[in-house]
Amino acid sequence: MRRPGVLQGGAVLALLALGFGLVPLFYGNQSLLFSMMAYVALAQGLNVAYGFTGYLPFGYVGFFGAGAYGTALAITFLHWPAVPAVLGGGVLALIFGVVLAPLLRLSGAYFAIANLAASQVLYYVVANPNLTSVTQGPYGIKLTSVFAPNLSYAVLWVILLLATGAAVYLRTSRLGLALRAINQDPVSAEMAGVNLVRGRMVAWLLSALVAGLVGGVYGWHVSVFYPQSVFTLRISIFAIVFVLFGGAGTVIGPVVGAVLLYGLYDVIGISTPEYFQLIYGALIVGLVLFLPEGLASLARRRGWDVL
Amino acid sequence: MSSEPLLTVEGVVKRFGGMRALDGVGFTLEPGEILGLVGPNGSGKTTLINVISGVYRPEAGSVHFRGRNVAGMPAHRLARLGINRTFQVPRPFKEMTVRDNVRVAAVFGGGDRLDPDAVLERTGLAALAAREAGTLNTSQQKQLDLARALATDPRLLLVDEIGAGLNPEELGAMADRLLKLQEEGIALLVVEHLLDFLNRITPRVIVLSAGRGIFEGSLSDAAQDPQVVEAFIGG
Repeated sequence: MRRPGVLQGGAVLALLALGFGLVPLFYGNQSLLFSMMAYVALAQGLNVAYGFTGYLPFGYVGFFGAGAYGTALAITFLHWPAVPAVLGGGVLALIFGVVLAPLLRLSGAYFAIANLAASQVLYYVVANPNLTSVTQGPYGIKLTSVFAPNLSYAVLWVILLLATGAAVYLRTSRLGLALRAINQDPVSAEMAGVNLVRGRMVAWLLSALVAGLVGGVYGWHVSVFYPQSVFTLRISIFAIVFVLFGGAGTVIGPVVGAVLLYGLYDVIGISTPEYFQLIYGALIVGLVLFLPEGLASLARRRGWDVL
Repeated sequence: MSSEPLLTVEGVVKRFGGMRALDGVGFTLEPGEILGLVGPNGSGKTTLINVISGVYRPEAGSVHFRGRNVAGMPAHRLARLGINRTFQVPRPFKEMTVRDNVRVAAVFGGGDRLDPDAVLERTGLAALAAREAGTLNTSQQKQLDLARALATDPRLLLVDEIGAGLNPEELGAMADRLLKLQEEGIALLVVEHLLDFLNRITPRVIVLSAGRGIFEGSLSDAAQDPQVVEAFIGG
């Protein structure tokens, strides 16, 4: 059996780069492409935490929101240009990740719920009317002075490629081997010489950073947003479903899951939300029953090695 | 080189709630020696292995390995220092190939000193290298546990009931394998209920009862010792 390789990773990256780079030239709905790209990157980031180390971050949106607000604060108060401000948003998400690192002692549903609670705490802090002078509280953020849809699209394109590149690295490198070992049996992994705490930390912070960067560039791109629009649980749930649908722990799975399901959402979710919810519900049930390891397992059953 | 012991365990105490699973255990192990560890269920054998291998931190006492107190050190550092173990119930990385199981240990625990394929060859698993570990039978998984431990190039190997569940033929092969490891200079601490198996590989055992060492010497002498007899049969 051939190890899924760097070559496959290069092909995925090239496809993503060409797809999201060239389609805007003949398809006018930039906002759809931007959102789809954001979800592919978020799914990839969540995959780093869930797929590689087994922690399901239900509060993943907390990092996204932290990134959006971090970017906004850097632009508003520090008067940073947008691109460094997005990096600042990523760093704020990273700090939030460090603060939440003790949660990694929990596992399974306990971790998921604690992480969810943490993201809600952050939401209520940001939306607190008493903090209006800092976060604008519930009244939302306006970044119209730096509004630049094409540049922010390009920056997200870079972030998407970096996030996917990181996933390729984790899938093919020794660090990735260590993370898979930790995921399958932490005690055995330690015995085999793998530093558990460090491995989990690296994946967790990388995952937080990706969401923070995506949140930051999202805030910049839309330039007007509210606490509930960047802390909505729907963002976590979408990212989780996309990852599960495509196949957690693979590079290709989250990409395929996010493109297909976000595409479906866009076709029917906005015009006929009730049908969308019906179809999504049925999809999730079907997924759990027949394809618990996602689309990637279909290929694996045929003996293909999925990156 | 002085002839100091490879491992010196002194006064180790480990409590779980109000229960003293280990209550002042101590012994020494020379380089390349095989020491058997026997005792009734619940006497603390596996807990002792868990303490020495870094799974548990003892509340009191010391564990000196090559002259250095390693009590409470995390397992991955002990693995790099040369202490490794197998598990009573094998714990392979089930969704990895046999080769990758061993590769993880060779890379992270063994600092790339050993070639994973050579380790597989040595442990008789070469033919299964590409198999997913979860598909192996118990005996093969026990060998894989052993192979993974060996890939870290250990000086001390803690072997927890490796004989359980093996048929007589497999037991014989396993005994030979452990003796071969001893020839290669690896010291072994072997927890075992199968006394015939233990008899084949070592003349020296210590007997644990309720977290204390109650006997040290040969297996045949142990069988004559009134304290040991009482511990096994119950007072």
